[in-house]
Amino acid sequence: MESFILQILNGLDKGAAYALIALGLTLIFGTLGVVNFAHGALFMLGAFCAVTLNRLLQVSHVVLDETKTDFLGNPRKIEVPYIQDWLGETMGAAIIDWSVPLSIIVTIPVMILIGVIMERGLIKHFYKRPHADQILVTFGLAIVLQEIIKAFFGANPIPTAAPQMFAGSFDFGVLLGFDPFTVFYPYWRLIYFMFSMIVIGAVFAFLQFTTFGMVVRAGMADRETVGLLGINIDRKFTIMFGIAAAVAGLAGVMYTPIVSPNYHMGMDFLVLSFVVVVVGGMGSLPGAVLAGFLLGILQSFASMSVVIEAIPGINQVIIYLVAMVILLVRPRGLMGRKGVMED
Amino acid sequence: MGILEVNNVSKRFGGLKALDNVNLNVMENTVHAIIGPNGAGKSTLLNCLIGKLMPDTGSVMFDGQSVLGRKPHEINQMGISRVFQTPEIFGDLTVFENVMIPIFAKRDGAFALHAFSRVLNDADIVMRTEAMLEDVDMQDKRHANAASLSRGDKRRLEMAMCLSQQPKLLLLDEPTAGMARADTNNTIDLLKEIKASRDITMCIIEHDMHVVFSLAERITVLAQGTPLVEDTPENIKGHPKVREAYLGEAQV
Amino acid sequence: MLGLTKRDTALFAIVVAMVVFAPFILNPFPAASPMAQFNAGYPDLMQRFLIFGIFAIGFNILFGLTGYLSFGHAAFLGTGSYAGVWMFKLLSMNVLPAIVIAVVVAGLFSVLIGYISLRRSGIYFSILTLAFAQMSYALAYSVLTPITNGETGLQLSLNDPRILDGAAAADGSLPVPNFFGIEMRSSTELYFGGWEFTLNAGYYLCAVFMIAAFYVSIRIFRSPFGMMLRAVKSNQQRMNYTGLNSRPYTLAAFVISGMFAGLAGGLLVAMDPLAGAERMQWTRSGEVVLMTILGGMGTLIGPVLGAGLIKYLENILSKINDSILHQWFSLFPDGLSDFLVFIVHPFIGKGWNLTLGLVFMLVVIFLPGGLVQGGQKIAALFRRRKPDQPVSVKHPAE
Repeated sequence: MESFILQILNGLDKGAAYALIALGLTLIFGTLGVVNFAHGALFMLGAFCAVTLNRLLQVSHVVLDETKTDFLGNPRKIEVPYIQDWLGETMGAAIIDWSVPLSIIVTIPVMILIGVIMERGLIKHFYKRPHADQILVTFGLAIVLQEIIKAFFGANPIPTAAPQMFAGSFDFGVLLGFDPFTVFYPYWRLIYFMFSMIVIGAVFAFLQFTTFGMVVRAGMADRETVGLLGINIDRKFTIMFGIAAAVAGLAGVMYTPIVSPNYHMGMDFLVLSFVVVVVGGMGSLPGAVLAGFLLGILQSFASMSVVIEAIPGINQVIIYLVAMVILLVRPRGLMGRKGVMED
Repeated sequence: MGILEVNNVSKRFGGLKALDNVNLNVMENTVHAIIGPNGAGKSTLLNCLIGKLMPDTGSVMFDGQSVLGRKPHEINQMGISRVFQTPEIFGDLTVFENVMIPIFAKRDGAFALHAFSRVLNDADIVMRTEAMLEDVDMQDKRHANAASLSRGDKRRLEMAMCLSQQPKLLLLDEPTAGMARADTNNTIDLLKEIKASRDITMCIIEHDMHVVFSLAERITVLAQGTPLVEDTPENIKGHPKVREAYLGEAQV
Repeated sequence: MLGLTKRDTALFAIVVAMVVFAPFILNPFPAASPMAQFNAGYPDLMQRFLIFGIFAIGFNILFGLTGYLSFGHAAFLGTGSYAGVWMFKLLSMNVLPAIVIAVVVAGLFSVLIGYISLRRSGIYFSILTLAFAQMSYALAYSVLTPITNGETGLQLSLNDPRILDGAAAADGSLPVPNFFGIEMRSSTELYFGGWEFTLNAGYYLCAVFMIAAFYVSIRIFRSPFGMMLRAVKSNQQRMNYTGLNSRPYTLAAFVISGMFAGLAGGLLVAMDPLAGAERMQWTRSGEVVLMTILGGMGTLIGPVLGAGLIKYLENILSKINDSILHQWFSLFPDGLSDFLVFIVHPFIGKGWNLTLGLVFMLVVIFLPGGLVQGGQKIAALFRRRKPDQPVSVKHPAE
């Protein structure tokens, strides 16, 4: 029982990342009808927003500390971040410590801007082109984006820590009446899960309760008719692309303490996110979220040693297997509408 | 006995009865039209005839065999060719290739791996293609890309593709929908010409009365999912039931 | 000639000539000159031109003709490679059985994947092939380690049985791949003045296969089968209502292209008997897509050009470093030359993928027909009339 709960918990954070990326993919596919192979790159860019901010905050100058000396008797050199000069030592240190959550504030406008530029500058010209062309050009863009990041940040993963406060783990077991240390869950992963729920909730609320969201939903159902009503659907879709990019970026920012960002993390997540979208049902937002969590948890179960012993390698392929079965048996996915992209 | 027999076919979509106990007989070598106002069930009936929909009850027999549950290519192999509302042709291929493909399909079946022979070395196919193009008077356009043809020529090409297979039954789904009057008349002439030059059964699903009365030898009027009357055009013209279905006249 | 039309015979003859004389054509600069770094006429690179040319020719039979965009073709390249190395380990260092088995195994594997994936079309097909390829990659890395040797990659060892010619060479070292005694690595050097040319046995073996592959591709393009494949791409609905079953056609195209990929994989290990799982990664599948698009999908010569160009750029660009750049820009004043180096730096060396990505995007955006279409446009400018039989460039099926 304990291990069962533990696996579900373990699946949640990965599932949350899948769900967030798949949500953006679905928004873009549903509204713009574009298959965006560069969406993983947006996730990666979000993560590197956090890295960049973290680095900027740590820009320092050297001061000599006369009280301490090194082994040659010279005063020891200490690097002091500028931010500590400006805001005081404790405040400065706290801000650096909290750089990852703080990045959210920066990431949202940056990612929306990137999304809008991407849509206006490139994707817009591909609405009328075949899906294969869309796949190809966004695939090219993904390569370009990740290579740019590689040029600036190098090929190695860059560890970026969560605030000290969340460094430990939370003993879920005690809460549920099990022995201590049986169901153990790092605080940050818990935060990530809750954060993703908030983002998902916000996106759904936005689509559900605003006029803008209503138009977008109508556009997803029937683009042409909405266009005929005299609503400038293109402008709305541009903003939607920006939002989808921001969602992917946020997923990336908060993921940095879980997996150190590297330039190819986007591609790694992209393939799986596509699978998630397909399993959930192309064009279905709740489907994307549901499938994201389901597959995350499924993957976590498949990684249990008992399961791996029984079926070697299952942890590596479980998601793909599920996707294949779904595509062949129920092509519209878990929650896809009948007749939509069932081909 | 007809070449195409529809027996007691019913089809429901949820609460809607799209087809209600439809019986229909298309006799060999006739032009049979199925007409009816919008929502009468014409498209549903057509979809049952070509295996796209499975009726809830009843049978559809063609030439003594059931067509239900068969794939489109199997139905074609039985001898039914289909003309679409908007011409369905191979836009990226030349006119010549467009006509060759159905001839290949007729001769070699659903699949044949001629991966190493040259298309133009097949004298038999080339000859039949030439003949067909001549029949529809399109020899001069043989090298044109099919997508670049005018709408009328596309329709002509599609007819040529169907006829080149010498089908026992030609199904036409609103062949003049959305056409200008002149194009409609051209299509009617083309169909008349085709009918005059060979033994062929045609089943036309249409709501343009002009087309129907110029071509058809038998007419079935469909209304609210049931056949109202089946008769010759002359008798249909003045039929009170038909007027009622079309014009909503209350007095009978 | 050879059952080809005049035009095709001419094209074929040009390709044969180019391939046969490539060691000379690709070495236009004397060995001592500073331009020698742009020479491509050394065996290792030329072999890759041909091998990836075969890979792209095969891919083009599927993607170019039917419009089905597979993102998993690297899986067949990888399977072919593994099968080839196993032949070296178990049977003999003769490359012929290795290549044959590579083609057969890749063909069988593609029947399996194709049969399932082709039940869907459009992006679903792309995603299914992608999923299969990633699965093969993951399995090759983990569970299948006994067959694939995991991360290290499958290589020869002195403990292999090698039934026909024994575990070790005469001098006790690892034997090398050969074709009935002709070692793949053996080369003849020719010197003319300052020029230096290398004629390599492995290269010419690849050449034979590549020419054969190109010939098969022409025949398929001009055959009724090729016409049917183009019909699949153009209008599947009409195809079905014409009495044709499109699935066996697409499956045949898929398997043929899978076998071409297997042949490429077999040749890769025939040149260098080592196979690793990274050969199956989906980005490698992406590479063959790039080659085909860059050259011109649906055209005969396009994939060959695309493969050659990408492999050449990869090789040359990744070799250039900052000091070479400084040498080039030394004519300019210091500040300007530093600036130019700074600008160019991200696109060379390890950053060559950036160049590749950009070039690829530009091609997809502005020149969907690839280099071939570009060439035709330029030719049309000069001739002031359209080419009488334009090589059709079409969008893939949905």
